Amino acid sequence: MAAQVVVTAPAVGTTKPVVDATMPVVDATLPILSTRGLDKSFGSLVVASGIDFALPQGVRYALIGPNGAGKTTLINLMTGMLRPDAGQIFLGEHEITSLRPAERVKRGLVRTFQINTLFPHLSALEAVTLAVCERRGDAGTWWRRLPAYRDAVDEAYGILSSLNLGHDCYRLTRELAYGQQRLLEIALALATRPKVLLLDEPAAGVPRDESPALFAAISGLSQDITVLFIEHDMGIVFRFASRIIVMVGGRVLVEGTPEEIAADARVREVYLGQKRHG
Amino acid sequence: MTAATPTAGAGPHSYLQEQIRWRWVEIAFWLATLTPFLLFPSYLQLASQIAITALFALSLDLILGYAGIVSLGHAAFFGLGAYAAGIVSKYGWGEPLSLLVIAAAVAGLAGYAMSFIIARFRHLALIMITLGLGLLVHEAANSASWLTGGADGLQGVKIWPLLETFKFDLYGRTAYAYSLVALFLAFLVARRLIHSPFGLSLRGIRENPVRMPAIGAPSRAHIRKIYTISAAMAGVAGALLAESTSTVSLEVLSFQRSADVLVILILGGAGRLYGGILGAIIYMVARDQFSGVNPQYWYFWIGLLLVAVVMFLPNGVLGGLAKLSASWRRKSS
Repeated sequence: MAAQVVVTAPAVGTTKPVVDATMPVVDATLPILSTRGLDKSFGSLVVASGIDFALPQGVRYALIGPNGAGKTTLINLMTGMLRPDAGQIFLGEHEITSLRPAERVKRGLVRTFQINTLFPHLSALEAVTLAVCERRGDAGTWWRRLPAYRDAVDEAYGILSSLNLGHDCYRLTRELAYGQQRLLEIALALATRPKVLLLDEPAAGVPRDESPALFAAISGLSQDITVLFIEHDMGIVFRFASRIIVMVGGRVLVEGTPEEIAADARVREVYLGQKRHG
Repeated sequence: MTAATPTAGAGPHSYLQEQIRWRWVEIAFWLATLTPFLLFPSYLQLASQIAITALFALSLDLILGYAGIVSLGHAAFFGLGAYAAGIVSKYGWGEPLSLLVIAAAVAGLAGYAMSFIIARFRHLALIMITLGLGLLVHEAANSASWLTGGADGLQGVKIWPLLETFKFDLYGRTAYAYSLVALFLAFLVARRLIHSPFGLSLRGIRENPVRMPAIGAPSRAHIRKIYTISAAMAGVAGALLAESTSTVSLEVLSFQRSADVLVILILGGAGRLYGGILGAIIYMVARDQFSGVNPQYWYFWIGLLLVAVVMFLPNGVLGGLAKLSASWRRKSS
């Protein structure tokens, strides 16, 4: 693991994130999430090949790359929804490669979904309360009424309010506006108290002029939470990411600060013709 | 009963309180269950059968309506409970209340064992597996005739008077009072359960089994637990039937019974607690009436009823009523 730390750690101190400059340099010696030699293929289609990377704690990472580059696959591998053919995944110093998805969530590795994966007939408040109760270990209790868990309900309501959903949290999920459902995706993840939050295109399907507001909510999250997000809008990426990973064809092409990525010739080549930034 | 009332303002706590409040219709409904004693004294036997079937349907509602687990073999637990009560009474212990406990334990244990398989599957696979398990138990009881009496039915079931006082009479007075109290108590347990954090998790599994592990929920453990509780409840229903009729035949384990209870629940409306009870009333009264008119072809009418309900009331009779009252409320406000 030491070899990887050398790759990523020195850059952290010199990073100048646009949004936030309070990077916890102390913890940068140990990555919060790292992978070593991850391979995955579906038949002859290679979707992940030799993926090594390490996320220092508290960063806002963007994972970018053309369609089919393997970004969502990488999230599926890290969260345990797919099993890698080879390689290892570490959360902090613990290997989690063989843990089930729910066990990884319990340890603080949490994701959201590109396509809304919500509870249509639960109200937003019920859904987030459910996630809070699961985290606190109250979800197996069947002889006490839900309203008796006042602090769990308060916590759920607090999360929803912090994402501007406080007013509409009594509505059924399916009745919420699409943008609110995207926020509820994040609210559910936050209720698990993640250490690392993997956001799979959090603004997917949200009108272009509304996505900065959504990302403002994301960048306002506690610095204790390390965030990796997939996003196609380069304007958003360069505004909100402190570091960027570029994937192409199941491989990590390059990893660095926004300035380094913007100046990288290989990245320009990949994005030739689709570049929206600068 | 889980219909959202998007009336904000009062805060999250009162919103959740409102969700689980006793409605006046509920109280009226339970008071109405007492009317057979006064108005239809000659139908008490039928009423007790309805209460027992309603309890069976309620047990299915817990897994199907709340956790989304389909079962075409739920009679296995009903029958296990019936045989447990019948066999124990045959060998000399006929105290009704303790027989219910024994039946619940036997059926619950069987349910717990099966739940390890159940929790791994969904949808079509689950239908096939529960169907197979149901047939398996049925044939096992058939071949173990030394214990169950096989196709001739269990002989020598002897139930003591309830609380050493009330005999199970010919008119069904004791049977109905007994089954109704049992149904009501089981209903209270079910109602508390679905309004608990565990009940919320079950609804989460029904609504989106993919998301549950992503919020760290042990879905399989939840499914194992509710399946065990549901099986125990079905076993109690079976024991009630054995006690109130003093007979146990292979029919208690039949596929027909599994299918009937599923029809009853869908008819009434799954996932609403009262759906199974209402479905049992409609189905069994209809069967009683139709079979009086034409004993051979009454299933024709049941079939017609079922097609009509699924076509026009996809969420059952209760679903239709809820929709009606919602639109009425919107109009009046």
